[in-house]
Amino acid sequence: MTMIFGVPIQALLGQLLVGLINGSFYAMLSLGLAVIFGLLRVINFAHGAQYMLGAFVAYLGLQYLGINFWAALVITPLVVALFGAIIERLLLSRLYDLDPLYGLLFTFGLALVIEGTFRWLYGAAGQPYSVPPQLAGGTNLGFMFLPNYRAFVVVVSLVGCIATWALIEKTRLGSYLRAATENPTLVQAFGINVPVLLTLTYALGAGLAGFTGVLAAPIYQVSPLMGTNLIIVVFAVVVVGGMGSIMGAIVTGYMLGIAEGLTKVFYPEASNIVIFVIMAIVLLIRPAGLFGKDA
Amino acid sequence: MTALLEVTNLEAWYGESQALHGVDLKVGEGEMITILGRNGVGKTTTLRTIMGMIRNRKGSIRLAGKDMLSVPLHKTAKHGIGFVPEERGIFATLTVEENLMLPPVVAAGGMDLDEIYELFPNLLERRTSPGTKLSGGEQQMLAMARILRTGIKVLLLDEPTEGLAPVIVQRIGEVLQKLKGRGMTVVLVEQNFRFAAKITDRFYLMDHGQMVGDFPVSDLPNRMGELNKVLGV
Repeated sequence: MTMIFGVPIQALLGQLLVGLINGSFYAMLSLGLAVIFGLLRVINFAHGAQYMLGAFVAYLGLQYLGINFWAALVITPLVVALFGAIIERLLLSRLYDLDPLYGLLFTFGLALVIEGTFRWLYGAAGQPYSVPPQLAGGTNLGFMFLPNYRAFVVVVSLVGCIATWALIEKTRLGSYLRAATENPTLVQAFGINVPVLLTLTYALGAGLAGFTGVLAAPIYQVSPLMGTNLIIVVFAVVVVGGMGSIMGAIVTGYMLGIAEGLTKVFYPEASNIVIFVIMAIVLLIRPAGLFGKDA
Repeated sequence: MTALLEVTNLEAWYGESQALHGVDLKVGEGEMITILGRNGVGKTTTLRTIMGMIRNRKGSIRLAGKDMLSVPLHKTAKHGIGFVPEERGIFATLTVEENLMLPPVVAAGGMDLDEIYELFPNLLERRTSPGTKLSGGEQQMLAMARILRTGIKVLLLDEPTEGLAPVIVQRIGEVLQKLKGRGMTVVLVEQNFRFAAKITDRFYLMDHGQMVGDFPVSDLPNRMGELNKVLGV
Protein backbone atom coordinates (compact mmCIF):
# COMPACT_ATOMS: atom_id res chain seq x y z
CA MET A 1 0.00 0.00 0.00
CA THR A 2 1.31 3.46 -0.89
CA MET A 3 2.03 5.59 2.15
CA ILE A 4 2.36 9.35 2.46
CA PHE A 5 3.62 10.84 5.73
CA GLY A 6 3.06 7.41 7.28
CA VAL A 7 -0.60 7.39 6.23
CA PRO A 8 -2.17 5.19 3.54
CA ILE A 9 -2.85 7.34 0.49
CA GLN A 10 -6.42 6.05 0.28
CA ALA A 11 -7.19 7.32 3.76
CA LEU A 12 -5.56 10.64 3.00
CA LEU A 13 -7.46 11.18 -0.24
CA GLY A 14 -10.68 9.93 1.30
CA GLN A 15 -10.51 12.46 4.11
CA LEU A 16 -9.39 15.13 1.68
CA LEU A 17 -12.62 14.51 -0.24
CA VAL A 18 -14.70 14.62 2.95
CA GLY A 19 -12.95 17.88 3.79
CA LEU A 20 -13.66 19.25 0.33
CA ILE A 21 -17.36 18.32 0.65
CA ASN A 22 -17.66 19.93 4.07
CA GLY A 23 -15.65 22.87 2.75
CA SER A 24 -18.16 23.27 -0.09
CA PHE A 25 -20.99 23.63 2.42
CA TYR A 26 -18.93 25.96 4.62
CA ALA A 27 -18.06 28.11 1.61
CA MET A 28 -21.63 28.36 0.27
CA LEU A 29 -23.07 29.16 3.69
CA SER A 30 -20.41 31.62 4.80
CA LEU A 31 -20.69 33.30 1.40
CA GLY A 32 -24.40 33.95 2.03
CA LEU A 33 -23.63 35.28 5.50
CA ALA A 34 -20.92 37.55 4.08
CA VAL A 35 -23.25 38.92 1.39
CA ILE A 36 -25.94 39.70 3.95
CA PHE A 37 -23.55 41.15 6.52
CA GLY A 38 -21.79 43.28 3.90
CA LEU A 39 -24.85 45.28 2.95
CA LEU A 40 -27.33 44.86 5.80
CA ARG A 41 -24.84 44.80 8.69
CA VAL A 42 -26.98 41.99 10.08
CA ILE A 43 -25.40 38.82 11.44
CA ASN A 44 -27.93 36.38 10.07
CA PHE A 45 -28.36 33.78 12.79
CA ALA A 46 -31.29 32.34 10.84
CA HIS A 47 -28.87 31.15 8.14
CA GLY A 48 -28.72 27.61 9.48
CA ALA A 49 -32.51 27.49 9.67
CA GLN A 50 -32.75 28.71 6.07
CA TYR A 51 -30.33 25.95 5.04
CA MET A 52 -32.49 23.41 6.88
CA LEU A 53 -35.56 24.93 5.23
CA GLY A 54 -33.95 24.27 1.84
CA ALA A 55 -33.45 20.60 2.66
CA PHE A 56 -37.02 20.30 3.96
CA VAL A 57 -38.60 22.06 0.99
CA ALA A 58 -36.80 19.56 -1.26
CA TYR A 59 -37.85 16.62 0.94
CA LEU A 60 -41.50 17.71 1.23
CA GLY A 61 -41.64 18.56 -2.46
CA LEU A 62 -40.55 15.03 -3.27
CA GLN A 63 -42.91 13.41 -0.73
CA TYR A 64 -46.07 15.31 -1.55
CA LEU A 65 -45.65 16.79 -5.02
CA GLY A 66 -43.24 14.37 -6.63
CA ILE A 67 -40.72 17.14 -7.36
CA ASN A 68 -37.43 15.41 -8.16
CA PHE A 69 -33.95 16.50 -7.06
CA TRP A 70 -33.18 18.47 -10.24
CA ALA A 71 -36.38 20.49 -10.11
CA ALA A 72 -35.87 20.99 -6.37
CA LEU A 73 -32.41 22.39 -7.03
CA VAL A 74 -34.05 25.22 -9.00
CA ILE A 75 -37.35 25.67 -7.14
CA THR A 76 -36.13 25.41 -3.54
CA PRO A 77 -33.70 28.37 -3.56
CA LEU A 78 -36.51 30.50 -5.01
CA VAL A 79 -38.92 29.39 -2.28
CA VAL A 80 -36.41 30.06 0.49
CA ALA A 81 -35.41 33.40 -1.12
CA LEU A 82 -39.07 34.43 -1.22
CA PHE A 83 -39.42 33.46 2.43
CA GLY A 84 -36.31 35.56 3.17
CA ALA A 85 -37.67 38.52 1.21
CA ILE A 86 -40.95 38.46 3.17
CA ILE A 87 -39.12 38.24 6.50
CA GLU A 88 -36.83 41.14 5.53
CA ARG A 89 -39.64 43.37 4.28
CA LEU A 90 -42.08 42.74 7.11
CA LEU A 91 -39.75 42.39 10.09
CA LEU A 92 -36.00 42.77 9.66
CA SER A 93 -36.23 46.11 7.83
CA ARG A 94 -37.79 47.66 10.93
CA LEU A 95 -34.58 47.09 12.85
CA TYR A 96 -32.03 48.83 10.57
CA ASP A 97 -32.10 52.08 12.50
CA LEU A 98 -31.40 50.31 15.77
CA ASP A 99 -28.21 48.82 17.19
CA PRO A 100 -26.97 45.87 15.04
CA LEU A 101 -27.50 43.67 18.07
CA TYR A 102 -31.26 43.78 17.42
CA GLY A 103 -30.84 42.21 13.99
CA LEU A 104 -28.74 39.45 15.51
CA LEU A 105 -31.26 38.79 18.27
CA PHE A 106 -34.15 38.86 15.83
CA THR A 107 -32.59 36.36 13.42
CA PHE A 108 -31.56 34.17 16.37
CA GLY A 109 -35.16 34.13 17.57
CA LEU A 110 -36.37 33.47 14.04
CA ALA A 111 -34.04 30.46 13.78
CA LEU A 112 -35.44 29.05 17.03
CA VAL A 113 -39.01 29.52 15.80
CA ILE A 114 -38.38 27.88 12.42
CA GLU A 115 -36.43 24.97 13.88
CA GLY A 116 -38.92 24.52 16.71
CA THR A 117 -41.81 24.41 14.25
CA PHE A 118 -40.15 21.73 12.12
CA ARG A 119 -39.20 19.73 15.17
CA TRP A 120 -42.78 19.83 16.34
CA LEU A 121 -44.06 18.77 12.92
CA TYR A 122 -41.46 16.18 11.95
CA GLY A 123 -39.61 15.20 15.13
CA ALA A 124 -35.88 15.46 15.67
CA ALA A 125 -34.98 12.30 13.75
CA GLY A 126 -33.56 12.68 10.25
CA GLN A 127 -35.58 11.91 7.13
CA PRO A 128 -33.72 10.16 4.31
CA TYR A 129 -33.41 11.85 0.91
CA SER A 130 -31.89 9.68 -1.76
CA VAL A 131 -29.21 10.60 -4.21
CA PRO A 132 -30.71 11.27 -7.66
CA PRO A 133 -30.43 8.08 -9.81
CA GLN A 134 -28.27 9.87 -12.42
CA LEU A 135 -25.61 10.43 -9.79
CA ALA A 136 -25.88 7.15 -7.88
CA GLY A 137 -22.81 4.96 -7.55
CA GLY A 138 -19.27 6.09 -7.97
CA THR A 139 -16.20 6.06 -10.11
CA ASN A 140 -13.08 4.05 -9.40
CA LEU A 141 -10.17 6.40 -9.95
CA GLY A 142 -7.67 3.59 -9.42
CA PHE A 143 -6.22 5.09 -6.26
CA MET A 144 -9.61 5.72 -4.66
CA PHE A 145 -13.37 5.30 -5.04
CA LEU A 146 -15.14 8.59 -5.78
CA PRO A 147 -18.91 8.73 -5.13
CA ASN A 148 -20.44 10.55 -8.10
CA TYR A 149 -22.83 12.65 -6.04
CA ARG A 150 -20.03 13.99 -3.86
CA ALA A 151 -18.00 14.99 -6.89
CA PHE A 152 -21.12 16.70 -8.20
CA VAL A 153 -21.54 18.66 -4.93
CA VAL A 154 -17.96 19.91 -5.05
CA VAL A 155 -18.29 21.09 -8.65
CA VAL A 156 -21.73 22.67 -8.23
CA SER A 157 -20.80 24.54 -5.08
CA LEU A 158 -17.65 25.83 -6.74
CA VAL A 159 -19.73 27.06 -9.68
CA GLY A 160 -22.26 28.56 -7.25
CA CYS A 161 -19.54 30.40 -5.35
CA ILE A 162 -17.91 31.78 -8.49
CA ALA A 163 -21.27 32.82 -9.93
CA THR A 164 -22.17 34.69 -6.73
CA TRP A 165 -18.75 36.32 -6.61
CA ALA A 166 -19.11 37.41 -10.26
CA LEU A 167 -22.62 38.74 -9.63
CA ILE A 168 -21.29 41.00 -6.89
CA GLU A 169 -17.90 41.97 -8.32
CA LYS A 170 -18.58 42.11 -12.06
CA THR A 171 -22.17 43.20 -12.75
CA ARG A 172 -24.05 46.49 -12.64
CA LEU A 173 -26.33 45.19 -9.89
CA GLY A 174 -23.24 44.14 -7.95
CA SER A 175 -21.75 47.63 -8.25
CA TYR A 176 -24.99 49.00 -6.75
CA LEU A 177 -24.63 46.56 -3.88
CA ARG A 178 -20.99 47.45 -3.26
CA ALA A 179 -21.70 51.18 -3.45
CA ALA A 180 -24.69 50.88 -1.11
CA THR A 181 -22.47 49.03 1.36
CA GLU A 182 -20.16 52.05 1.45
CA ASN A 183 -22.64 54.94 1.42
CA PRO A 184 -26.34 54.00 1.20
CA THR A 185 -27.65 57.57 1.48
CA LEU A 186 -25.63 58.83 -1.49
CA VAL A 187 -26.55 55.79 -3.58
CA GLN A 188 -30.19 56.48 -2.84
CA ALA A 189 -29.74 60.15 -3.75
CA PHE A 190 -28.47 58.94 -7.15
CA GLY A 191 -31.92 57.44 -7.70
CA ILE A 192 -31.27 53.83 -6.74
CA ASN A 193 -33.89 52.18 -4.56
CA VAL A 194 -31.73 50.99 -1.67
CA PRO A 195 -34.54 49.38 0.38
CA VAL A 196 -35.28 47.08 -2.57
CA LEU A 197 -31.55 46.28 -2.82
CA LEU A 198 -31.56 45.30 0.84
CA THR A 199 -34.52 42.97 0.30
CA LEU A 200 -32.88 41.41 -2.77
CA THR A 201 -29.64 40.90 -0.86
CA TYR A 202 -31.31 39.15 2.05
CA ALA A 203 -33.28 37.03 -0.40
CA LEU A 204 -30.06 36.16 -2.25
CA GLY A 205 -28.36 35.09 1.00
CA ALA A 206 -31.36 33.03 2.07
CA GLY A 207 -31.65 31.50 -1.40
CA LEU A 208 -27.98 30.46 -1.27
CA ALA A 209 -28.61 28.79 2.10
CA GLY A 210 -31.66 27.01 0.63
CA PHE A 211 -29.64 25.85 -2.38
CA THR A 212 -26.95 24.48 -0.05
CA GLY A 213 -29.66 22.71 1.93
CA VAL A 214 -30.86 20.84 -1.17
CA LEU A 215 -27.29 19.81 -2.01
CA ALA A 216 -26.80 18.59 1.55
CA ALA A 217 -30.05 16.61 1.77
CA PRO A 218 -28.73 13.39 0.13
CA ILE A 219 -25.46 13.50 2.10
CA TYR A 220 -26.64 14.35 5.60
CA GLN A 221 -30.17 13.49 6.56
CA VAL A 222 -32.98 16.02 6.43
CA SER A 223 -33.51 17.00 10.04
CA PRO A 224 -34.76 20.13 11.83
CA LEU A 225 -31.44 20.55 13.63
CA MET A 226 -29.10 20.04 10.66
CA GLY A 227 -28.56 23.79 10.43
CA THR A 228 -27.80 24.32 14.09
CA ASN A 229 -24.98 21.80 13.94
CA LEU A 230 -23.41 23.40 10.90
CA ILE A 231 -23.94 27.09 11.50
CA ILE A 232 -21.58 27.36 14.47
CA VAL A 233 -18.71 26.12 12.29
CA VAL A 234 -19.81 28.47 9.51
CA PHE A 235 -19.64 31.44 11.85
CA ALA A 236 -16.09 30.43 12.71
CA VAL A 237 -15.34 30.33 8.98
CA VAL A 238 -16.74 33.84 8.54
CA VAL A 239 -14.66 35.12 11.44
CA VAL A 240 -11.48 33.55 10.03
CA GLY A 241 -12.21 34.87 6.52
CA GLY A 242 -13.13 38.36 7.67
CA MET A 243 -16.67 39.68 8.08
CA GLY A 244 -18.24 40.78 4.82
CA SER A 245 -15.40 39.66 2.54
CA ILE A 246 -16.93 37.66 -0.34
CA MET A 247 -13.74 36.05 -1.64
CA GLY A 248 -12.54 35.56 1.94
CA ALA A 249 -15.65 33.58 2.81
CA ILE A 250 -15.27 31.28 -0.21
CA VAL A 251 -11.53 30.57 0.11
CA THR A 252 -11.69 30.18 3.88
CA GLY A 253 -14.67 27.80 3.60
CA TYR A 254 -12.78 25.35 1.40
CA MET A 255 -9.54 25.83 3.32
CA LEU A 256 -11.03 25.06 6.69
CA GLY A 257 -13.03 22.12 5.33
CA ILE A 258 -9.80 20.60 4.05
CA ALA A 259 -7.93 21.45 7.26
CA GLU A 260 -10.64 19.61 9.17
CA GLY A 261 -10.44 16.61 6.82
CA LEU A 262 -6.67 16.37 7.10
CA THR A 263 -6.82 16.60 10.87
CA LYS A 264 -9.04 13.53 10.80
CA VAL A 265 -6.20 11.63 9.11
CA PHE A 266 -3.34 12.75 11.28
CA TYR A 267 -4.94 13.41 14.66
CA PRO A 268 -8.63 12.42 14.63
CA GLU A 269 -9.23 13.53 18.21
CA ALA A 270 -8.70 17.17 17.23
CA SER A 271 -10.84 17.22 14.10
CA ASN A 272 -13.90 18.65 15.85
CA ILE A 273 -12.03 21.58 17.31
CA VAL A 274 -9.39 22.37 14.71
CA ILE A 275 -11.51 25.08 13.05
CA PHE A 276 -12.06 26.82 16.35
CA VAL A 277 -8.37 26.60 17.20
CA ILE A 278 -7.59 28.24 13.86
CA MET A 279 -10.24 30.86 14.59
CA ALA A 280 -8.66 31.68 17.95
CA ILE A 281 -5.20 31.99 16.41
CA VAL A 282 -6.45 34.20 13.57
CA LEU A 283 -8.34 36.43 16.01
CA LEU A 284 -5.15 36.89 18.02
CA ILE A 285 -2.93 37.66 15.03
CA ARG A 286 -5.36 39.31 12.59
CA PRO A 287 -8.58 40.36 14.36
CA ALA A 288 -10.12 41.56 11.06
CA GLY A 289 -9.79 38.05 9.58
CA LEU A 290 -7.49 36.72 6.86
CA PHE A 291 -9.22 38.64 4.06
CA GLY A 292 -10.90 41.39 6.07
CA LYS A 293 -9.92 45.01 5.78
CA ASP A 294 -8.79 46.58 9.02
CA ALA A 295 -11.57 48.99 9.86
CA MET B 1 -37.32 85.37 -14.28
CA THR B 2 -39.14 82.12 -13.62
CA ALA B 3 -37.40 80.05 -10.99
CA LEU B 4 -36.48 76.46 -11.83
CA LEU B 5 -35.64 75.78 -8.21
CA GLU B 6 -37.49 77.71 -5.55
CA VAL B 7 -36.90 77.16 -1.85
CA THR B 8 -39.14 78.96 0.63
CA ASN B 9 -38.79 79.15 4.40
CA LEU B 10 -36.90 75.83 4.53
CA GLU B 11 -36.16 74.47 7.99
CA ALA B 12 -34.18 71.33 8.79
CA TRP B 13 -33.10 69.42 11.87
CA TYR B 14 -30.35 67.02 12.86
CA GLY B 15 -32.08 65.10 15.63
CA GLU B 16 -33.15 67.76 18.14
CA SER B 17 -30.97 70.54 16.86
CA GLN B 18 -32.26 72.86 14.17
CA ALA B 19 -29.74 73.54 11.40
CA LEU B 20 -31.79 75.59 8.92
CA HIS B 21 -33.98 78.45 10.14
CA GLY B 22 -36.04 79.40 7.11
CA VAL B 23 -33.86 79.39 3.99
CA ASP B 24 -35.17 81.25 0.93
CA LEU B 25 -33.53 80.64 -2.42
CA LYS B 26 -34.49 81.15 -6.07
CA VAL B 27 -32.51 79.88 -9.03
CA GLY B 28 -33.54 80.55 -12.60
CA GLU B 29 -33.12 78.07 -15.41
CA GLY B 30 -29.51 78.01 -16.60
CA GLU B 31 -28.42 80.27 -13.77
CA MET B 32 -25.48 79.64 -11.45
CA ILE B 33 -25.69 80.87 -7.89
CA THR B 34 -23.08 80.61 -5.16
CA ILE B 35 -23.79 80.32 -1.44
CA LEU B 36 -21.09 81.91 0.70
CA GLY B 37 -20.74 81.69 4.46
CA ARG B 38 -18.52 80.53 7.28
CA ASN B 39 -18.14 76.91 8.30
CA GLY B 40 -21.16 75.55 10.11
CA VAL B 41 -23.73 78.14 9.00
CA GLY B 42 -25.74 75.51 7.09
CA LYS B 43 -24.47 75.66 3.48
CA THR B 44 -23.96 71.91 3.09
CA THR B 45 -27.14 71.26 5.06
CA THR B 46 -29.03 73.45 2.59
CA LEU B 47 -27.86 71.30 -0.34
CA ARG B 48 -28.48 68.02 1.48
CA THR B 49 -31.94 69.15 2.52
CA ILE B 50 -32.87 70.25 -1.01
CA MET B 51 -31.65 66.87 -2.28
CA GLY B 52 -33.79 65.12 0.34
CA MET B 53 -30.90 63.44 2.14
CA ILE B 54 -32.02 65.18 5.32
CA ARG B 55 -35.63 64.13 5.76
CA ASN B 56 -36.47 66.05 8.91
CA ARG B 57 -37.45 69.25 7.08
CA LYS B 58 -40.24 71.79 6.73
CA GLY B 59 -41.07 74.57 4.32
CA SER B 60 -41.23 74.35 0.56
CA ILE B 61 -38.90 73.10 -2.17
CA ARG B 62 -40.27 73.43 -5.69
CA LEU B 63 -38.42 72.06 -8.68
CA ALA B 64 -39.94 73.15 -12.00
CA GLY B 65 -43.12 73.85 -10.03
CA LYS B 66 -43.26 70.39 -8.46
CA ASP B 67 -43.33 70.11 -4.67
CA MET B 68 -40.32 67.98 -3.70
CA LEU B 69 -40.96 67.58 0.03
CA SER B 70 -43.12 64.51 -0.44
CA VAL B 71 -40.80 62.84 -2.96
CA PRO B 72 -38.85 59.87 -1.50
CA LEU B 73 -35.06 60.14 -1.69
CA HIS B 74 -34.57 57.48 -4.34
CA LYS B 75 -37.07 59.24 -6.64
CA THR B 76 -35.65 62.74 -6.20
CA ALA B 77 -32.96 62.34 -8.88
CA LYS B 78 -35.63 61.42 -11.45
CA HIS B 79 -36.92 64.98 -11.20
CA GLY B 80 -33.63 66.15 -12.70
CA ILE B 81 -31.53 67.14 -9.72
CA GLY B 82 -28.12 65.82 -8.67
CA PHE B 83 -25.73 66.32 -5.78
CA VAL B 84 -21.93 66.23 -5.64
CA PRO B 85 -20.93 66.07 -1.97
CA GLU B 86 -17.96 67.91 -0.51
CA GLU B 87 -16.26 64.61 0.37
CA ARG B 88 -16.94 63.60 -3.27
CA GLY B 89 -18.49 60.25 -2.42
CA ILE B 90 -16.21 58.16 -4.63
CA PHE B 91 -16.66 54.46 -3.90
CA ALA B 92 -13.48 52.57 -3.01
CA THR B 93 -14.81 49.14 -3.97
CA LEU B 94 -15.85 50.35 -7.44
CA THR B 95 -13.53 51.05 -10.35
CA VAL B 96 -13.45 54.51 -11.89
CA GLU B 97 -15.75 53.35 -14.68
CA GLU B 98 -18.14 51.61 -12.28
CA ASN B 99 -18.25 54.85 -10.29
CA LEU B 100 -19.05 56.71 -13.51
CA MET B 101 -21.80 54.29 -14.47
CA LEU B 102 -23.35 54.08 -10.99
CA PRO B 103 -26.01 56.83 -11.05
CA PRO B 104 -28.84 55.82 -13.38
CA VAL B 105 -29.58 58.13 -16.32
CA VAL B 106 -32.71 60.12 -15.44
CA ALA B 107 -33.21 62.14 -18.61
CA ALA B 108 -31.87 62.50 -22.13
CA GLY B 109 -29.29 65.21 -22.71
CA GLY B 110 -26.57 63.97 -20.36
CA MET B 111 -23.04 63.39 -21.57
CA ASP B 112 -22.19 59.96 -22.88
CA LEU B 113 -19.04 58.12 -21.82
CA ASP B 114 -17.07 59.32 -24.86
CA GLU B 115 -17.86 62.96 -24.16
CA ILE B 116 -16.94 62.50 -20.51
CA TYR B 117 -13.63 60.88 -21.34
CA GLU B 118 -12.93 63.67 -23.81
CA LEU B 119 -13.61 66.29 -21.13
CA PHE B 120 -11.70 64.30 -18.46
CA PRO B 121 -8.94 62.33 -20.24
CA ASN B 122 -7.41 61.28 -16.90
CA LEU B 123 -10.48 59.23 -16.11
CA LEU B 124 -10.18 57.27 -19.34
CA GLU B 125 -6.58 56.42 -18.53
CA ARG B 126 -7.48 55.20 -15.08
CA ARG B 127 -10.89 53.70 -15.73
CA THR B 128 -10.05 50.28 -14.25
CA SER B 129 -8.39 51.63 -11.06
CA PRO B 130 -10.31 51.62 -7.79
CA GLY B 131 -12.12 54.97 -7.47
CA THR B 132 -10.29 56.14 -4.37
CA LYS B 133 -6.83 55.51 -5.86
CA LEU B 134 -7.28 58.73 -7.87
CA SER B 135 -5.79 62.03 -6.71
CA GLY B 136 -8.07 64.50 -4.96
CA GLY B 137 -8.49 66.54 -8.15
CA GLU B 138 -9.25 63.47 -10.23
CA GLN B 139 -11.78 62.32 -7.65
CA GLN B 140 -13.52 65.69 -7.88
CA MET B 141 -13.60 65.40 -11.68
CA LEU B 142 -15.00 61.88 -11.35
CA ALA B 143 -17.66 63.02 -8.88
CA MET B 144 -18.79 65.74 -11.29
CA ALA B 145 -18.52 63.59 -14.42
CA ARG B 146 -20.60 60.89 -12.76
CA ILE B 147 -23.50 63.31 -12.28
CA LEU B 148 -23.18 64.81 -15.76
CA ARG B 149 -23.93 61.43 -17.34
CA THR B 150 -27.38 61.33 -15.80
CA GLY B 151 -28.95 64.20 -17.73
CA ILE B 152 -29.98 66.21 -14.67
CA LYS B 153 -30.86 69.89 -15.09
CA VAL B 154 -29.98 71.17 -11.61
CA LEU B 155 -26.58 70.48 -10.06
CA LEU B 156 -25.95 70.96 -6.34
CA LEU B 157 -22.18 71.25 -5.95
CA ASP B 158 -20.55 71.38 -2.52
CA GLU B 159 -17.11 73.02 -2.28
CA PRO B 160 -15.58 71.48 -5.39
CA THR B 161 -12.27 73.33 -5.00
CA GLU B 162 -11.57 72.50 -1.38
CA GLY B 163 -8.02 71.34 -0.79
CA LEU B 164 -7.07 71.29 -4.47
CA ALA B 165 -4.05 72.82 -6.24
CA PRO B 166 -4.63 76.10 -8.15
CA VAL B 167 -4.19 74.44 -11.53
CA ILE B 168 -6.94 71.91 -10.70
CA VAL B 169 -9.17 74.68 -9.36
CA GLN B 170 -8.78 76.46 -12.70
CA ARG B 171 -9.70 73.24 -14.50
CA ILE B 172 -12.85 72.87 -12.40
CA GLY B 173 -13.71 76.47 -13.30
CA GLU B 174 -13.45 75.59 -16.99
CA VAL B 175 -15.68 72.56 -16.55
CA LEU B 176 -18.30 74.68 -14.77
CA GLN B 177 -18.16 77.23 -17.60
CA LYS B 178 -18.78 74.42 -20.04
CA LEU B 179 -21.75 73.19 -18.02
CA LYS B 180 -23.23 76.68 -17.99
CA GLY B 181 -22.82 76.71 -21.73
CA ARG B 182 -24.93 73.56 -21.89
CA GLY B 183 -27.68 75.28 -19.89
CA MET B 184 -27.05 73.55 -16.56
CA THR B 185 -28.54 75.22 -13.50
CA VAL B 186 -26.00 75.18 -10.66
CA VAL B 187 -26.17 75.80 -6.92
CA LEU B 188 -22.56 76.11 -5.79
CA VAL B 189 -21.34 76.20 -2.21
CA GLU B 190 -17.89 77.79 -2.00
CA GLN B 191 -15.54 79.30 0.55
CA ASN B 192 -13.38 80.69 -2.24
CA PHE B 193 -15.47 83.64 -3.48
CA ARG B 194 -12.74 84.88 -5.85
CA PHE B 195 -12.99 81.56 -7.70
CA ALA B 196 -16.78 81.71 -7.69
CA ALA B 197 -16.86 85.34 -8.87
CA LYS B 198 -15.44 84.25 -12.25
CA ILE B 199 -18.30 81.90 -13.02
CA THR B 200 -21.35 82.63 -10.87
CA ASP B 201 -24.30 84.89 -11.75
CA ARG B 202 -25.39 85.71 -8.23
CA PHE B 203 -24.22 85.32 -4.64
CA TYR B 204 -26.22 84.38 -1.59
CA LEU B 205 -24.76 85.12 1.84
CA MET B 206 -25.63 82.68 4.56
CA ASP B 207 -25.42 82.98 8.33
CA HIS B 208 -27.04 81.11 11.22
CA GLY B 209 -29.10 78.81 9.04
CA GLN B 210 -30.63 81.43 6.77
CA MET B 211 -29.82 83.68 3.83
CA VAL B 212 -28.78 87.16 4.91
CA GLY B 213 -27.97 88.68 1.54
CA ASP B 214 -28.43 88.18 -2.20
CA PHE B 215 -26.76 90.18 -4.97
CA PRO B 216 -25.56 89.79 -8.58
CA VAL B 217 -21.87 89.19 -9.19
CA SER B 218 -21.48 92.65 -10.72
CA ASP B 219 -22.34 94.12 -7.33
CA LEU B 220 -19.47 92.30 -5.60
CA PRO B 221 -17.11 95.31 -5.29
CA ASN B 222 -19.82 97.30 -3.43
CA ARG B 223 -20.59 94.40 -1.13
CA MET B 224 -17.12 93.61 0.13
CA GLY B 225 -17.83 95.10 3.56
CA GLU B 226 -20.93 92.97 4.02
CA LEU B 227 -19.08 89.96 2.67
CA ASN B 228 -16.17 90.38 5.06
CA LYS B 229 -18.58 90.63 7.96
CA VAL B 230 -20.43 87.44 7.00
CA LEU B 231 -17.30 85.49 6.13
CA GLY B 232 -15.46 86.86 9.11
CA VAL B 233 -12.29 87.46 7.12
